[in-house]
Amino acid sequence: MLRHAVVPAALVASLAASAPAQEPPLVLRGARIYPVSGPVIERGVLVVQGGRIVAVGSVGQVPLPAGAAVRDLSGKVVMPGLVDTHSHIGEGDGGDRSSPIQGDVRILDAIDVRSDNVRRARAGGITTVNVMPGSGHLMSGQTAYLKLRDGRSINDLLYCHDPLTEICGGLKMANGTNPRGNPPWPGTRGKAAALVREKFVKAVEYRRKLELARTDSTKRPDRDLEMEALVQVLEGKRIVHHHTHRYDDILTVLRLQQEFGFRVVLHHVSEGWKVAKEIAAAGIPCSIILIDSPGGKLEAADLRMETGAVLDSAGVLVAYHTDDGITDSRFLLRSPALGVRAGMSRARALEAVTIAGAKMLDLQNRIGTLEPGKDADFIVLSGDPFSTYTHVEETWVEGRKVFDRASPEDRAYATGGFRLMRDYEAGDDDDDFGGER
Amino acid sequence: MNRATVASSRARSRSRLATSLLLGFALIPATLTAQLAVRADTLYTMAGPALVNAVVLVGKDGKVERVGPAGSVRVPRGYRTLSAKIVTPGLVDAHSVVGLAGALNYNHDQDQLETSDPIQPELRAMDAYDARERLVAWLRTFGVTTLHTGHGPGALMSGQTMVVKTRGNSVAQALVDSATMVAMTLGPSVSGRFSGKSPGTRAKGVAMLRAVFIKARDYARKRTEADSTKRPARDLKLEAVAQVLDGTLPALITAHGISEIQAALRLQREFGFRLVLDGASESYMLVDEIKAAGVPVILHPTMIRNTGEARSATLETAGRLRAAGIPVALQSGYEGYVPKTRVVLFEAAVAAANGLTREQALATITIDAARIIGQDRRVGSVEPGKDGDLALFDGDPFEYTSHVCAVVIEGEVVSEGCH
Repeated sequence: MLRHAVVPAALVASLAASAPAQEPPLVLRGARIYPVSGPVIERGVLVVQGGRIVAVGSVGQVPLPAGAAVRDLSGKVVMPGLVDTHSHIGEGDGGDRSSPIQGDVRILDAIDVRSDNVRRARAGGITTVNVMPGSGHLMSGQTAYLKLRDGRSINDLLYCHDPLTEICGGLKMANGTNPRGNPPWPGTRGKAAALVREKFVKAVEYRRKLELARTDSTKRPDRDLEMEALVQVLEGKRIVHHHTHRYDDILTVLRLQQEFGFRVVLHHVSEGWKVAKEIAAAGIPCSIILIDSPGGKLEAADLRMETGAVLDSAGVLVAYHTDDGITDSRFLLRSPALGVRAGMSRARALEAVTIAGAKMLDLQNRIGTLEPGKDADFIVLSGDPFSTYTHVEETWVEGRKVFDRASPEDRAYATGGFRLMRDYEAGDDDDDFGGER
Repeated sequence: MNRATVASSRARSRSRLATSLLLGFALIPATLTAQLAVRADTLYTMAGPALVNAVVLVGKDGKVERVGPAGSVRVPRGYRTLSAKIVTPGLVDAHSVVGLAGALNYNHDQDQLETSDPIQPELRAMDAYDARERLVAWLRTFGVTTLHTGHGPGALMSGQTMVVKTRGNSVAQALVDSATMVAMTLGPSVSGRFSGKSPGTRAKGVAMLRAVFIKARDYARKRTEADSTKRPARDLKLEAVAQVLDGTLPALITAHGISEIQAALRLQREFGFRLVLDGASESYMLVDEIKAAGVPVILHPTMIRNTGEARSATLETAGRLRAAGIPVALQSGYEGYVPKTRVVLFEAAVAAANGLTREQALATITIDAARIIGQDRRVGSVEPGKDGDLALFDGDPFEYTSHVCAVVIEGEVVSEGCH
């Protein structure tokens, strides 16, 4: 399917208004709407056209455009499509076992957008996802920001248009026990930090050479794919997404951030509750994994459900992610709900799977709230977003329905069982459960 | 955090405060085992319809004394009173490895699977249980009071299981039943773990099990020879298998795929043992066969990952089995990584949103679980004479945003504060 041009946010509203009406506007009427950008609208109206939101408001207050297709959603709940800041859907991988630092590797070269877990993510109401390479490296590669359009290839789902000229994601980094091993992997935390600093020092030097080359092109350094990515990081154009669990590992990330000035989102932050003040003072956002019990490894043994509430009240921008397959994309809404259980406000918990995540991916001008001019990415729920009994009934991306629980095939992705007959036919004998990540 | 609707009665608070002031903190634990009255806006006894505005009295012996409407049950003097919106029996986790498997996931706290041999039914769970493991306490704060735990899946016969309460500083203090079932596994997950001794195929695994059952049948017969010189020496392995054959210990067979489930049913028909199916993620494809065999199912955690053997798991399987009249319980199961243990409260919640009614889902982690692990005379419902095990909630137990605000084991308040 066609993607919409990326346009500065300021232009979006006027363009949407003046866009040729190749499709009639769609009006969704009567639902309880959580725009996230403002208070809940008890009986709301959402007007969508050309893939974007045209209007949001109360029934009776929003003028309905002529020729609109009107759907009654009374009794339903509508909220922005969910943003998953950290996921491994699409069966992709990043760096290989040759080196612990591979900033040149792009996961977009390895993602299967037709994979079952991409469909499961749509069934879970996820519309935007940051697909990451793994945490077994200090730097495992470049991440990919995807819009979960019903597309045929990675190009159909990327936010960027041209990977050769645009930045299409962030940079995955990790510390703690996952990226440890025999040389060339670091054996200690001190060595891990030194390896990363050496690489960034090199990138600073590379950037200096590029600057010198502006006036004297003979000084231009040879192209270096990894250095190019790291220069983007140093310039704040590419965001570092940093896996980290233990409190002192979190502080190490903050230390490196201060030294090199990059933009970073802390991911998982199992012990973030121990250093909430420090994280808040550094102004660094956190994307949290919420697991049903602590442990799995020593550095996650102090994981708590209260982390979101603690960080939020310290003033930290907080999101929740699935880390799919660690938790399941169909259950992303469960994480903020359990965050509410452990003391977070409902409003902040809703932001934590929408606009907060959008900000962490630099996509807050396009997604994360239901506001005129933004992409028409939204979900229709059967009830309260934080209720166990609520199902995602529909997922919409840019004005198109990409998941419908009423369709038996889509429903199988929501409830499971989709692989059974197909796998038996294909003789698939993969045995990948329970593996260590 | 304290958003509790659970509150000690004013009189009780006063007396507790006085106790603390006069006698010091050390004596408080002793007072926790005193007689207890629990008031519930709604009490799910699991022995009949839910009671509105009910009271449960737990006596000095830790057993439930009385259950009934608040108007008809007088709370005797000196009883500590707790109140909650919703009260359920203490939750029963029908199959776990917690206590053998610890949170840290390193060799020193992973005792659920011994890989020196694929058939080791003689391994006792109580010899490897850490009652102070943090995951035991974690489960307790979410209302789990009874655990069926022990050797895990992954071997043809990995060892025995047992039943404990989620309290105590030692296995002796926690123990309810020292030998409950023998854990067995069919299918590809058994392959490759046991150097040189692994079955390489599904069929080989079944053949190895048949051989040991036949050997144990022989052994049991010879052990009863009138001529004592003809009796074989005592063999712990064959003794355990013989206990499966004579019905003392049910076979808990982890079988996910259609072919594994069918093989388990075939083995049961051949040897006549008591079978409990475990995992069983494709069981919804074999409802008629399982029902005809009269076999209960301890189903995988509802939120199990759709990968590997469980690739065809559905959120609705518990509902489908229950609708067919198959006894079904839910389990926390075994996780190789995270979450190192699941919480049956959360797993039942998702089942309640996907085909089970609220009370049916509650049954999968209370009375039905208790029946399948053979402990329904003691736990699983709130009835006079049964253990005073209770979970107190500030709302619908299955809502993500509700809390478990107190947990009681045999009259002892083992967890307070809302989680």
